[in-house]
Amino acid sequence: MSDALLSVRNLTTAFATESGRTIAVDDVSFDVRAGEAVGLIGESGSGKSVAALSILGLLPTPPARVLAGSAVFEGRDLLQMPAKELRRIRGKRIGMIFQEPMTSLNPVFPIGEQIAESLRLHERIGNEAARKRAIALLDRVGIPSASRRLDDYPHQLSGGMRQRVMIAIALACDPKLLIADEPTTALDVTVQAQLLDLLNDLRRETGMAMLLITHNMGVIAEFADRVVVMYSGRVAEEAPIETLFDAPRHPYTQGLLGATPTLAQTEARLRTIPGSLPDPAAPPPGCRFAPRCSFADAECSAARPAEISLAVGHRAACRRTDATKNWQAA
Amino acid sequence: MLAFAIKRLLHTIPILAIVSLIAFGMIKLVPGDPAVVMGGTNATAAEIDQIRRNLGLDQPFHVQLGAFYWNLLHGDLGNSLLLNVPVTSAIIERLPATLWLSAYAMLLTLIFGLATGIIAALRHNTWVDQAATTLALIGVSLPNFWLGLVMIVVFSVHLGWLPTSGFVDPAESIVGFLRTATMPAAALAMLQIGLLARITRSAMLEVLRQDYVRTARAKGLPEWVVVMKHALANAMIPIVTVVGLIFSVLISGSIVIETIFTIPGMGALLGNAILRRDYPMIQGGLLFVAAALMLLNLLADMLYAYFDPRVQVDRDG
Ligand SMILES: Nc1ncnc2c1ncn2[C@@H]1O[C@H](COP(=O)(O)OP(=O)(O)O)[C@@H](O)[C@H]1O
Ligand SMILES: [Mg+2]
Repeated sequence: MSDALLSVRNLTTAFATESGRTIAVDDVSFDVRAGEAVGLIGESGSGKSVAALSILGLLPTPPARVLAGSAVFEGRDLLQMPAKELRRIRGKRIGMIFQEPMTSLNPVFPIGEQIAESLRLHERIGNEAARKRAIALLDRVGIPSASRRLDDYPHQLSGGMRQRVMIAIALACDPKLLIADEPTTALDVTVQAQLLDLLNDLRRETGMAMLLITHNMGVIAEFADRVVVMYSGRVAEEAPIETLFDAPRHPYTQGLLGATPTLAQTEARLRTIPGSLPDPAAPPPGCRFAPRCSFADAECSAARPAEISLAVGHRAACRRTDATKNWQAA
Repeated sequence: MLAFAIKRLLHTIPILAIVSLIAFGMIKLVPGDPAVVMGGTNATAAEIDQIRRNLGLDQPFHVQLGAFYWNLLHGDLGNSLLLNVPVTSAIIERLPATLWLSAYAMLLTLIFGLATGIIAALRHNTWVDQAATTLALIGVSLPNFWLGLVMIVVFSVHLGWLPTSGFVDPAESIVGFLRTATMPAAALAMLQIGLLARITRSAMLEVLRQDYVRTARAKGLPEWVVVMKHALANAMIPIVTVVGLIFSVLISGSIVIETIFTIPGMGALLGNAILRRDYPMIQGGLLFVAAALMLLNLLADMLYAYFDPRVQVDRDG
């Protein structure tokens, strides 16, 4: 797909652990087009964060190592780029928000400085101009009396407010792509909804693309144009949002939808599929989902299933897509 | 911050009162009659009586204590039995050399301790880290008087680069100060450099794993800004707590080093006072050192509050 803003191909990332090498992201490919919102969903531990951090080169190496693949952004491979050039893209062309608002801001610097710093670096503007823009950004992300909050330290803000500051930092330089890694998971439900609304508004306003990582189908439903489902480090299924909800073909996706809570009942997350994620250090051979799959046969456990193209923009890594055809939304 | 400082300063008053009480009690605790001890073996009964009267030892206890505090409040610590000058002026004359030497050693400790620790943390688990850790360990295990002697042998006796002894006040000549103070300061600092390097390394390793360091990298900041600004500012919080302690140790350590390099500081003054039982001088030295250490502690606390905005100072009362 040549119109992709970000095109990830065969991304494979491993961790060196005491018991050997763990492949956390295994041959993952997906695209994000300009202005599009792509959801990346999967249970906790399925490799979503590792995939996102690999793309931006933010994993600690060692223990992490990107073994293979490419991540072409605006025509250039981020994974092969010299560190200096990658730094010009981070925070400028691609912004990122993390899962942990309580620890992602530096506790010893005022929040205004943490926003202004990005602006001074990438936009080459002076201190005063950067502070003014920081106020406008805080205002935009819904922090009341922004100019008085500028010199507050993170510990003076609630979790939701801190995540708004993180959004302000990520958006400071008008990125083309925002990667949001479970931006609301750590927050309580009402704050989650407010923040998702804010992100939606900001996306519409700026026209930026977004890769929203979550393990919550309810969030995906409200948000994404297209969804990539990950399971145990691999892509299980990818589909446009309507197709995903109307005609999912991977048994794992079907299981997720059977277990979908609404945004309001996030506690009952994705836990109703019997069994749990395989141990990443010793994954089962063949299809990783086979041990939990009611459609699996002997061959499913023998060889890794190929990704089958089912329609334009719809693919599933499953040998039994014939058998999963007759799925009915609950 | 000012209110915080004043509050902490007020807290030191009871501590100083207790320290001075100990200093006062010291004379009372000397076995036998202090006047006899001070008078030495050749003193006549009349001389001992004179000493007793001079020290006010013939007065009742509460009068002695009252007089002691009264004089103390007026900056009068009595006269040195040995030098026959007021203790205060003797100390004020000798204090600068000790303070300059300690400050110079502190500067060396900060520069080399921080640098070694930061480099070791950044090159975690490589030969650089191992070399730095080993050097730090060697620094911690070498006694500073031995180091001082080795330095004298190498740099003064064999190479003839630096004088073996003496001290030039930096106000007179910076070059002279550097020539006379570098060896003693380095000998003094070595152990503390090793200590600070180890603390800095572990503080940096801890901080570099934090999420906000990842945030800083996600902003596209150059690595040196990530390390020297975002990581170091946080690592300084545990570091400043030991820097105060290190400075106190340096001041006490300089008393030994001064003797080796024959530097006219507090070390020689107090050393002689102790050998010759010059009790007023020992008392005065004790009080000065205690006051200096308390000031340092206060300074360290203020630095701590400066580096960690989460510490409540005068912000919310
Ligand atoms: N620092 C690490 N060291 C070793 N393994 C890791 C590390 N971080 C992640 N992993 C491995 O990667 C897998 C995927 O983690 P992650 O991407 O964080 O999952 P999630 O989908 O919840 O974001 C984990 O199950 C773990 O095995
Ligand atoms: Mg995650």
